[in-house]
Amino acid sequence: MPIDILMPALSPTMEEGKLAKWLKKEGDQVKAGDIIAEIETDKATMEVEAVDEGILAKILVADGTENVAVNTPIAVIAAEGEDVSAAAAVDPATINPTAPQAAAAPSKQEEVAPAAAPAASAPVSVPAQAKAYDASSEFPAGAEIGMQTVREALRDAMAEEMRRDGDVFVMGEEVAEYQGAYKVTQGLLQEFGPRRVIDTPITEHGFAGIGVGAALSGLRPIVEFMTFNFAMQAIDQIINSAAKTLYMSGGQMGAPIVFRGPNGAAARVGAQHSHDYAAWYSNVPGLKVVVPYSASDAKGLLKSAIRDPNPVIFLENEIMYGKSFEVPKGDDFLIPIGKAKVVRPGTDVTIVSFGIGMTYALGAAEALAKEGIEAEVIDLRTIRPMDIETVIASVRKTNRCVAVEEGFPQSGVTAEIGMKIMEAAFDYLDAPVARVTGKDVPMPYAANLEKLALPNVGEVVAAAKAVCYR
Amino acid sequence: MAVAARKSKAPAQPKAAAKPAKARSAKDGAGKAAPALSNVASFSKDEDLHAYREMLLIRRFEEKAGQMYGMGLIGGFCHLYIGQEAVVIGMQMASKDGDQVITGYRDHGHMLACGMESRGVMAELTGRRGGYSRGKGGSMHMFSREKNFYGGHGIVGAQVSLGTGLAFADWYRGDKTVSMTYFGDGAANQGQVYESFNMAKLWKLPVVFIIENNRYAMGTAVNRASAQTDFSRRGVSFGIPGEQVDGMDVRAVREAGLRAIEHARSGKGPYILEMQTYRYRGHSMSDPAKYRSKDEVQRMREEHDPIEQVRARLVRDFKIAEDELKSIDAKVREIVNDAAEFATHDPEPDPSELFTDILLEPAQG
Repeated sequence: MPIDILMPALSPTMEEGKLAKWLKKEGDQVKAGDIIAEIETDKATMEVEAVDEGILAKILVADGTENVAVNTPIAVIAAEGEDVSAAAAVDPATINPTAPQAAAAPSKQEEVAPAAAPAASAPVSVPAQAKAYDASSEFPAGAEIGMQTVREALRDAMAEEMRRDGDVFVMGEEVAEYQGAYKVTQGLLQEFGPRRVIDTPITEHGFAGIGVGAALSGLRPIVEFMTFNFAMQAIDQIINSAAKTLYMSGGQMGAPIVFRGPNGAAARVGAQHSHDYAAWYSNVPGLKVVVPYSASDAKGLLKSAIRDPNPVIFLENEIMYGKSFEVPKGDDFLIPIGKAKVVRPGTDVTIVSFGIGMTYALGAAEALAKEGIEAEVIDLRTIRPMDIETVIASVRKTNRCVAVEEGFPQSGVTAEIGMKIMEAAFDYLDAPVARVTGKDVPMPYAANLEKLALPNVGEVVAAAKAVCYR
Repeated sequence: MAVAARKSKAPAQPKAAAKPAKARSAKDGAGKAAPALSNVASFSKDEDLHAYREMLLIRRFEEKAGQMYGMGLIGGFCHLYIGQEAVVIGMQMASKDGDQVITGYRDHGHMLACGMESRGVMAELTGRRGGYSRGKGGSMHMFSREKNFYGGHGIVGAQVSLGTGLAFADWYRGDKTVSMTYFGDGAANQGQVYESFNMAKLWKLPVVFIIENNRYAMGTAVNRASAQTDFSRRGVSFGIPGEQVDGMDVRAVREAGLRAIEHARSGKGPYILEMQTYRYRGHSMSDPAKYRSKDEVQRMREEHDPIEQVRARLVRDFKIAEDELKSIDAKVREIVNDAAEFATHDPEPDPSELFTDILLEPAQG
């Protein structure tokens, strides 16, 4: 059967072009790969290669023809000895240039059929009866409870999971022989040896990529960044490789990896060592983002993160490392990712925060109680996926909300909380949602300026009173 | 019509070639580019036939992809491998089952060489549900755990760290497999490549870095972008041995590949192979390639074409009849046409697929 050669496109946006020159003439033998013609647009020239073999039976569009629509037949190739009279009889004038090649069309149709597509992002899925997550039974019944620092809890979480699963290993700068820049990995090298506790060179981009590659292959790396400020060097691997590969592979290949380390402001370390990345990572589908406050949450959530089959960003805080909390003993203490916790029940105003922001939230609740305002304090614990249902359940009760974070205000986590409340509980609000955030400035070094740049208890108290109109 | 799964391995796995050239070690210091080996070990008839068929499949597949792009069936970016076929086929002939392959965005040839189905690859190019990524990845993002193909990566150079990570996993498991990490002369200037070289050598990871030097990083010739254009020397400061290979000669590629892979597999750490190759087409489909002369392209095609070299040997040395070669051509064309047919008529993904494969459910307990 004779085969039509169609006017090719140089790009998906090209609609027509000039048939500049035929390099073969009717009757010529052509084989695959032969350049048979040149076409031009205002931007470029392209050679048309034959894909099929045979004889150039008929040229349908002459040299120099302008405005030839893409997919118009421009010539006919016939096999040797084939009857080409049918093809030769085609009059180019009768060719409808808009008639597409049988199958080229389907993509356009879907675009105009939005009804077939699911809702934009399935956002406001909070049911009419929003139900708060009940964290009261997270500590196993009868478990022995001891005091532990966040640092110790994180170390125990890693050690327990490394004992449980030989595919889990830790890599990062100074994690092994130095015992951790902040001593979070203390003792791991001694117990697990240098194969599983690996000191890396100072080369975040490279070792983050190596970690992701190992995870694609099925291992379960814990990659420690000395601080998340340095993960900026590695953010391409975190986002483009770790977060997107599962989707881009149609579900075949994911990256079970934990990126962890201190995040946000410590004390007097200046703008390049004080950035809070919670909002950044929470913007990325394909990641989970966990920001624990207490030692028990740090332990239970890190263990869940290590077992999770997805990439998890685990944001710690240097100032919190030395703080002590009650932690249940035992190897099977897990906190589910994606569940907030009502840390302090109250009736008058909801204060939502996470990580070190909880210190301001809890401090404010204490102060407010002395003035007769009972604040309900919620620790989000996970920023992505966000347990907005627990927040909504509270806001429907208190009708007022203050969201608190150390990060910058614009496009921050608190901005997201405010939007989600508006989407799901607008009618319940007696006042606009208020937020208390880090100031919109790079972190200053001077002690007094740094203090001003960070949120404080007083600001949260003031915001709570404002939404209570007191 | 159904097309049976193809097996990509060569009929016979030969031992290292008869006369292994010595790899130039880092200590050899300065010096000009090593000349491409002239006395490469010859192939048996079966090996040449295998190489011919495999390279031809890539060539025809890519020509068809180019055609389908021209018809608007393939969107976005589409980078063709035409001209570079001997690199991946030679390396696959040197590898063993279980070895991993990872590359950048010019990845169709690697997938076919790994034994991935033409249909699934072409349907991914057209964004259909039967594609390897169910239409959600596209030309640059395809994977097959079954075939040990780890992508398909669109960020230039990212695959080098990832491939080193695959080698880390090989080392961690001690399973004696090797990561074959491909990248181009353009990617070779990315910083993370050297971060990866450093760690690969430091930890003696089983990785072969295959630099496909096709002379142009998009439109920039190597000498305009690289202070050191002998890419085999890019590992010198890490003590990684490297050699330049005639990447248009599948025999030379396999021979160097055997050496490099054996080095990595035996625990000596990484190895660099600079494959001197050439792409006939533009960087992507929308590149008219004005930065080089037609004569240059024509000369490569006429004098160095990897497929023509094998074809000539088959006729001259093994007295393969034209008819037999034609029948191979016809079979390859049938596979490619079947793939194109499938990829043209396979439906697009169901709209519900928009929200799948973002996160995996954690296992219970």
